[in-house]
Amino acid sequence: MEVFKYKKAVGFMANAKKTAIFSAVLILASLALLFTKGLNYGIDFAGGTIIQVQYEGVAPIDQVRDIVTKHAKYAGATVTKFGSDSEIVIRTKHASKSVKGGAKLEVQEMLATTGTFEIRRVDLVGPSVGDELKTKGLMAMLLSIIGILIYLSFRFEWRFAVASVVALIHDVTIAMGMLALFQVDINLPILAAILTILGYSLNDTVIVFDRIREGIRTIKSAKMEEVIDESVTRTLSRTTLTSLTTFFVVLTLFLFGGEIIAGFSFTLLVGVVVGTYSSIFVASPILMWLNFSVSEFREKEAAGAKRQKERDKQRAQFEQGSI
Amino acid sequence: MGNLNYRVVIFFFAFVFGVVFSVPSLTQSDEGKKITLGLDLQGGLHMLLSVKTEMALASKVKSIGTSLKYNLDDDDIVYDALKIDGDKVVFELLDEDDAKNVDAMLAESFAENKIVKKGLSYELSLTEELAKKTELAAIDQAVETIRNRLNMFGLAEPTVAKQGSERILVEVPGIKTQEDEDRIKSLIAKAAHLQMMAVDEERANRVYSMSEAEAKSYGDVILPDVESNETKYLLYSVPILDGSMLTDAKVAYEEKSNRPMVTFSLNGQGAKIFGDFTEKSVGKRMAVVLDGEVYTAPNIVQRIGGGNVQITGAFTAQEANDISIALRSGALLAPVQVESQRSIGPSLGADNIKASLIALVVGFLAVIIFMVLYYGAAGIISNLALVANLFLILAVMSMFEATLTLPGMAGIVLTVGMAVDANVIINERIRELLHSGSTLTKSIEQGYNNAFTAIWDANITTLIAAVVLFAYGTGPIKGFSLTISIGILASMLTAILGTHGIYQWLLPKMDKKKLGFWFGIKKDVSEKNVSKKGAK
Repeated sequence: MEVFKYKKAVGFMANAKKTAIFSAVLILASLALLFTKGLNYGIDFAGGTIIQVQYEGVAPIDQVRDIVTKHAKYAGATVTKFGSDSEIVIRTKHASKSVKGGAKLEVQEMLATTGTFEIRRVDLVGPSVGDELKTKGLMAMLLSIIGILIYLSFRFEWRFAVASVVALIHDVTIAMGMLALFQVDINLPILAAILTILGYSLNDTVIVFDRIREGIRTIKSAKMEEVIDESVTRTLSRTTLTSLTTFFVVLTLFLFGGEIIAGFSFTLLVGVVVGTYSSIFVASPILMWLNFSVSEFREKEAAGAKRQKERDKQRAQFEQGSI
Repeated sequence: MGNLNYRVVIFFFAFVFGVVFSVPSLTQSDEGKKITLGLDLQGGLHMLLSVKTEMALASKVKSIGTSLKYNLDDDDIVYDALKIDGDKVVFELLDEDDAKNVDAMLAESFAENKIVKKGLSYELSLTEELAKKTELAAIDQAVETIRNRLNMFGLAEPTVAKQGSERILVEVPGIKTQEDEDRIKSLIAKAAHLQMMAVDEERANRVYSMSEAEAKSYGDVILPDVESNETKYLLYSVPILDGSMLTDAKVAYEEKSNRPMVTFSLNGQGAKIFGDFTEKSVGKRMAVVLDGEVYTAPNIVQRIGGGNVQITGAFTAQEANDISIALRSGALLAPVQVESQRSIGPSLGADNIKASLIALVVGFLAVIIFMVLYYGAAGIISNLALVANLFLILAVMSMFEATLTLPGMAGIVLTVGMAVDANVIINERIRELLHSGSTLTKSIEQGYNNAFTAIWDANITTLIAAVVLFAYGTGPIKGFSLTISIGILASMLTAILGTHGIYQWLLPKMDKKKLGFWFGIKKDVSEKNVSKKGAK
C-alpha cells in the first residue's frame, strides 16, 4: 500500500503567514485561558486529599455530598462521579498529618449509613510536597530544554535550535491551554505527559530538520523556501504515518486505559496533533524567517570539509614522514 | 541460505536475551530476577513521612537531664531544682564545696553540651552543632526503626528509605485488609517512648487540683493513666531511665488472669540504675510510662535487681504484640508525620493492570496490522523488531528488578508508538530510493544511511528529556522515564541494527520484481523510472 508518493513539492512556505496567524491566535487563546480559567491543580501540586469510593450498585452521590460537606474538615470538599456510576471521588483541600487514622477512617465512619462500599484509593499530599513538585517540574522542563538546545546547536546550527524551541513552546502552551479549557486535574502523570510532548515535538521537528539539512546539501536551489518545501514534502509520508500510529496508540490508552490514565492520554493526544502541525508550520517557517542562508551554510560546510581534507593530508604526510 | 552477518547475529542474541530474561517476570515465577509491580498495580500503602525534629531536640535535652541526675546522684552531690526548662536543663548546687567535683564531672561526661554557670546554678543546653547532629540522627534513626518494625511485622517486602535529606519513604505492598493497614500505620506512628518515672509522693495528693504550670514549677509533669484519662499521676519530669537501655521485649501472660502483658529486660547499666533507684525508693511508687501515658505505677516493695520489668494494661494480645515489636525496634527519637500518602486497594490495582494491558494489546495489534498492510514483508520485519523491543524492555527492567508502575505501562505503550517510527523512516527512505530507480542493495544500504542521522538525532533529544525526567522526577514519573529510556535504547538496537541485518540476510532471496510483496509498493514503479531515465 502506498498513500503518499512524491510528485512535486507542496507550497507549504507560501502559506506560512496564514498558518503563523493561526498559531498566534491559538497561542493567544491558550494564554487567555491560562490566565482566566487557570489550570486546575490536582492534589499532587496543590495539596489535599482524594478518596475514591466504589459502591455496590449506583453510588448515592447526593447523599454522600450532603454528609461529607457537613463535616467540618471536609467543608469545601467536592464529590464527583469517577468513571462508572458506582464510583465516586471525594476531593478536599485538607491533608491530615497524622500517620494513624486519617481520611480513610473518617470517610468510612461518615459514609457508614450510605450502603456497602469499598475505599479503593486514598491520595494525600501535604502542601510542602506540592510546592516541591512544582519547582521540580519546572526545573525538569527548563533543564531538558537547555540540554536539547545545546545538543541541537551542536548537531545543526543555532537557528535550527531556536526554531525547534519556539515550536516546542508553541506546543506546550497550546497543550496547557487545552488542559485549562477542559479543567483537567493537573497531577504528576500530566506533568510527565507535558514532558513527553516536549520530547515528541522535538523528535518530530528534528526529523523534518534533518531532511532540510540534507536538502540544503543536495537540492540545487539556493532559496530556503524551495529547499524547505521540497524537504517537508519528502518527509510528509513519514510524518503522517508516524503521527497516525502514535495518535492511534495514545487513543487506545485514552479509551481503554481507565480513568486514572485518561488525563495523561488526553494531554498526549493534543500533543501529538500540535507537535506534528508545528514541525511543518511553525518550526520550518521560523527557520526561513531567521534568514537562514543556504549559500552561507554551504560555504561553511565546504570550508569545514576542506579543512578536514587538509588535516588528513597533513597527517598522511606526517605519518609517512615518521615511518 | 542467505548471507548471515553480524547484525542478524546480534539481533538474534538480543531477541533471545530479551525472551529469556523476561520469562521470570511474565510467568511471575519465584526464581530469577523479575519486575516488581508498583503499588498502583498491586495495591498497597505509600507514605512520605517527615520527622518532627524539634521533638527530637526536646527528648535529647530530657535524656541529658536523665544522665545528669544519675551522675549527680552517683557522686553523692547535693542539689536542688533539677528540671527541664524549655531547651535547657537547670539545677542548683546546695553545697559550694561540690562545685569543683561537679565541674570535673561536667567536663568529663557533658563536654559536648553548652554549659552556663552562674554562681551555684548551672544551665546545660545543646550546642548548635549538637542540635544539628541530633536532628540528622533522629531522621536516620526513624528510618532504621520503622524498617525494623515493618520487617518484624512480617508483611511482604516493605521499603523504608531516606528521601532527600529529611523525608522518609515508606512503601508497603500487598496490604489486603483495612485492619492490616491500620495496624501498620499505628506501628509506624508509635513513638514507643518508654520511661520509668518516679512519682512525686510529696505533692501527689494534690495532683487533681494542680495546674500544669504549677507542676512545671516543681519540676514535675502530670500524665494520664492509659485506661482512663480521669486518673492522673504527678511525676518528676526527669525520668529515672528510658527505653534506650532496653535489650528485649516480648509478650507474656499473667498467671492468674491470663491477661497479655509486655515484659522487657534492661541492659547492664539500666539494670544497675533501676536496682539502685528501687533500693533507695522502697515504699514509693514508680510509673512505667509509654508514649506519655502511665501503664502501671506499682509501689516499690524491695530492691528490684536483674532488670526485668513488665507492663500490664488493658490491651489485647495483638496490641501487646505490636507494643513489644515497637519496644524491641527502639523508640522513635521524634514523632513522624505524613507529608503525602497513597493507599491503593488491591481491587483497584487489578483494574489498573487490566486497563493498561488492554491498551497495550490493542495499541500493539493495531500498529502491527497496520505495518503489514502498508509495508508488506518490510512491515513484518519491522514488527519483529517491535516485538524484540518489547521483550528487551521487560528483560532490562527484570535485570534491574525495576518497579513497573501505571505510568511505566503508559511509557511502554508510548514506546511502541515511537519505536515503529524508526522503521517508518527507514522504509520510507528505501521506497524513495527504489522509486528513483536504485538497485535493491543500494536502496537498502543508502536508505539506512539516509535514515540514520534523523533517527539518531531524534532519539537522542528524546533521551535527553527522559534522563532529565528520571533525575528530577519522583515515583510515578521515574517509572515512566525509565521505560521510555530503555525503549529508546532498545529500539536503536532492534529497529536500526536488527532490521538492517535481516534485510542483508534476506537480500539474495529478494526479487526486484516483487516489490509489492517486499516493500508494499507497485512493482512497475521502479521499472518505469528506470526506463524513463534510460530514455533520457
